[in-house]
Amino acid sequence: MKDVAVIGVGMTQFGELWNKSIKDIFVEAALKAIENAKVDHIDSMYVGSMSSGLFVGQEHLGAVMADYLGVNPIPATRVESACASGGLAFRQAYLEVASGCSEIVLAGGVEKMTDGADVTEALATAADQEYEVYQGVTFPGLYAMIANAHMHQYKTTRKQIASVAVKNHKNGVNNPNAQFRSEISIDKVLSSTLVADPLRLLDCSPVSDGGAAVILCSMDIAKKITKSPIIRIKASVQASDTIALHSRKSFTTLNSVTTAAQKAYKVAGITSKDINFAEVHDCFTIAEIVVSEDLGFFEKGCGGPAVEEGSTSIEQGKIPINTSGGLKSKGHPVGATGIAQVIECYEQLTGQAGKRQVKNARIGLTQNMGGSGASCVINILEAI
Amino acid sequence: MISPKYFREIPQRYRLEAGKCSKCGMIYFPPRLVCPECKSKQFELIKLNPEGKLLTYTIIRVASDKFSIQAPYAVGIVELKDGVKLTTQIADVDFDKIKIGMKLKLVFRKIQDEGAAGLHCYGYKAIVI
Repeated sequence: MKDVAVIGVGMTQFGELWNKSIKDIFVEAALKAIENAKVDHIDSMYVGSMSSGLFVGQEHLGAVMADYLGVNPIPATRVESACASGGLAFRQAYLEVASGCSEIVLAGGVEKMTDGADVTEALATAADQEYEVYQGVTFPGLYAMIANAHMHQYKTTRKQIASVAVKNHKNGVNNPNAQFRSEISIDKVLSSTLVADPLRLLDCSPVSDGGAAVILCSMDIAKKITKSPIIRIKASVQASDTIALHSRKSFTTLNSVTTAAQKAYKVAGITSKDINFAEVHDCFTIAEIVVSEDLGFFEKGCGGPAVEEGSTSIEQGKIPINTSGGLKSKGHPVGATGIAQVIECYEQLTGQAGKRQVKNARIGLTQNMGGSGASCVINILEAI
Repeated sequence: MISPKYFREIPQRYRLEAGKCSKCGMIYFPPRLVCPECKSKQFELIKLNPEGKLLTYTIIRVASDKFSIQAPYAVGIVELKDGVKLTTQIADVDFDKIKIGMKLKLVFRKIQDEGAAGLHCYGYKAIVI
């Protein structure tokens, strides 16, 4: 396998982009990434999208986006792994370059969620249709059951869970592409509308439009066209778990995350202690707590106290988490999320994160998951 | 007309039919073609004991359009006596009285309506024993 680098990134504003179509959004992000990477062509491209069919009635996104990006006749592939579609697009692009099959590949993700679809129903297609959704469970409902189990097993408090939203909104204030650039208080989270007990509106990532894209190439080419530091992909790993939450032995540990993390650390030749910062999949506040434990940053049951004490903040954090604002504040255009995580990682590692900058950021991790954790993609990037 | 998507699940939704692996004894609901544990493809059909206990739960306040008329409603994961776990609504219960570990029993109930004609779709819901 060849060494692979990320040499350029681009994303749109995340939010309610009423005047932009799914094509406009993807192409805007892709053009920015191509321009940022200073490449004159791409050999191939991947488009991560969870459910363009349900959200806007458009499938065949590989072909659609290659056409509107003006790059025909290169291969263009749409990949789907629910909320991990972006992460999967990145991993497929990585594998294509690492295999030597292509030199320069674009990995992008997009979702257009505000065109009038029943978003709750569309998102629920990431769960087991016949044995979860049929009964009336929703995505907030699945994570609410994880939250209740975590609170029951580890005495995690509602205030600790709310601390995730408060921290991520604070980080998002300094992200110009974030959907919500406003701070919120614990009280505001705890007095927001109940969605699925114990989770409230401000525990949930929003409905968003947005696109994100990155350019990957072999390290040989990166050395020729990129100035230092070069961002090298140390590991890109994917794992699966049961589609239904109820089929798992535990509802408070996500096996796809622990499996992918252990393998990623092994491939990268590091441990969780070597990670300087992480972008994780906080689709709901409780998810960040569970994932911060499953990635090995904290012991099981200690994720709640850790976020409340500030261990994951940029300023005093032992391990800053979701410096971009996370899905909660930055927004969660589902298919774009995994790529946007890589972009935050890239900006941190190249020292371009402005007021969000983590000091001495050298190794970053991204964790993107689908459904209630049935799929997970973890990437580890390093500045060299 | 009743849709294939609905009628092929009737043995599970009406009668709690599950597959027990003939080799390792694991029980799967719904039945599977291959056992994830031991890779055996031999199963015997069994009927689950409808009694069990609550492992975790939530109250759905914001539902999809299809279920919005029922909201708020309780949903939980129940572990049946056979060890099978499933997601189900918890019916006829005061939300404040729901506790992890409480004993429940699956009963036959209407779950939702399908399609524009509003065909009634049935299945199991849990009630407190």
